[in-house]
Amino acid sequence: MSLSSSELMARATPRFGGFKPVLVRLEIRRLLRNKRTLLFTMVVPVVFFLLFGLNSAYAGERAGRGNVSAFIMISLALYGAVLATTGGGAMVSTERIVGWSRQLRVTPLSPVAYIVTKMLTSLVLGLSSLAVVYAAGIVVHKPSMPLYVWITTAACVWIGSSLFAAFGLFVGYLLPSENVMQVVGFALMLFSFGGGLFIPLSQFSPLLRTIATYTPLYGLNQLVHYPLIGGPLNWTWVLNLLAWLVIFVAGASLGFRRDTARV
Amino acid sequence: MAPAPLAVDLSAVRKQFGHVEAVRGIDLAIGSGEVVAFLGPNGAGKTSTIDMILGLSKPSSGAVSVYGMEPGEAVRRGLVSAVLQNGGLLKDLTVEETVRYVANLFVKTRRVKEVLERAGIAEIAGRLVAKCSGGEQQRLRFAIALLPDPELLILDEPTQGMDVEGRREFWRAIRHDADRGRTIVFATHYLEEADSYADRIVLIRRGELVADGTAVEVKSLAAGRTVRATLPGATERSFAGLKCAADVEVRGNTVVIQTSDPDAVARYLLNETDAHDLEITARGLEDAFLALTGDDEPGGR
Repeated sequence: MSLSSSELMARATPRFGGFKPVLVRLEIRRLLRNKRTLLFTMVVPVVFFLLFGLNSAYAGERAGRGNVSAFIMISLALYGAVLATTGGGAMVSTERIVGWSRQLRVTPLSPVAYIVTKMLTSLVLGLSSLAVVYAAGIVVHKPSMPLYVWITTAACVWIGSSLFAAFGLFVGYLLPSENVMQVVGFALMLFSFGGGLFIPLSQFSPLLRTIATYTPLYGLNQLVHYPLIGGPLNWTWVLNLLAWLVIFVAGASLGFRRDTARV
Repeated sequence: MAPAPLAVDLSAVRKQFGHVEAVRGIDLAIGSGEVVAFLGPNGAGKTSTIDMILGLSKPSSGAVSVYGMEPGEAVRRGLVSAVLQNGGLLKDLTVEETVRYVANLFVKTRRVKEVLERAGIAEIAGRLVAKCSGGEQQRLRFAIALLPDPELLILDEPTQGMDVEGRREFWRAIRHDADRGRTIVFATHYLEEADSYADRIVLIRRGELVADGTAVEVKSLAAGRTVRATLPGATERSFAGLKCAADVEVRGNTVVIQTSDPDAVARYLLNETDAHDLEITARGLEDAFLALTGDDEPGGR
């Protein structure tokens, strides 16, 4: 068999580095098969909400434009969404260990398209987690806030949680291990306490409260509640969020670049 | 029309990992349609060489081209695909989903069903990869490699860990598929595999190419033949003048001579001495392999 150059060049390279939406669908199907992912991103946040968000001692109290139950629902939706997006990003770690990334490297899929696929998968998973918690809120009929606040807080949680896909990638590249999710789960638990997702920061000692303002979920948690609480916008929240965004994205892209150079 | 470019063209390729030189200057040209075995012990540099042909790593110096283009480009066009030694699979996808996943990455592929059949795993299409045996997973890698209908197929230790029957089955599938004139390069440390499936054997030892030719040529290269004869009273010294003898050994009344020119040795023995019961044997590929790759030190891949 003899091949001319024109025959060889007749074979085309794919557009968008090989990215196609169907890849996201297959990735989601994988995630849905993973019982642990489902448990932690879909079930646990809802259970927490039902445990803490309905307590008649405080749930009905006023909180900004709504009530405390709504406040807690937003916190736990953020918790679930952040777990989901981090988990989606951290998948790269497992895939590197089992050698799937190496397998993909002998296909036309570009490393960037691979990361984009992972990011989009994370976003879909984050949205599902958020939707489940909000759906639980609607069903139990306890959280109360104006319709536009339901929508704006959901949007803030979703967009904000996408930042943690970069965190997942960062950790995934940093700790190539199959149980990276355990590390990530523990870190997010700490971040959630620091961000005030579980317990209001006002109940912390002054020292702990100061430390908490530097943790990665602090700014984001304040901002996603902002449509509900209102009042003056504190720029340290934005600063906290931006600083961590820069750290996570820089870490993830550094890991990514090191990874593609080495294979 | 311009002449067809070589399937693989390596010139003075070196690969260094820190202080370890895994590949130490390899020149190799593989034409379209050849079936070539990279034969060598573990750590000889086979996988390092294959990685460079696939664009998985870049040579420290020298040049690699695949069908006249940069390896990554050939991969993106689906001209070359591979069954990698340590290429992983996703445990939470089924066999068919895995193939479908990869099929979506290429512009044009063979049908999913067709490659599953070719690789002999059509009947386990719905099985989760986690539930597949090692041999089945290897066939799945093979199915994936067939997807783009590549001109060049690279197999790195494709049958490692399989039993004899599994190995035979695997090669049957590859052979069957190679009939269409695909170029195949495979790495192995099973001699018998190289001997029975390759048209050409490239022997690699400690990052260098030590022999290149058909199985017969490689065998004869390794100091070819053994001449044995009965000759009472012979001493090793009495053969000192025999230039064509590579090695002379006297065991009692028997003299054993290693040579690449057995005819000359036989002529000398029969004409100039009282030798009788003369016997000429070729060394097996096993001996050739050992002779050429012997005293191998563990090194980088």
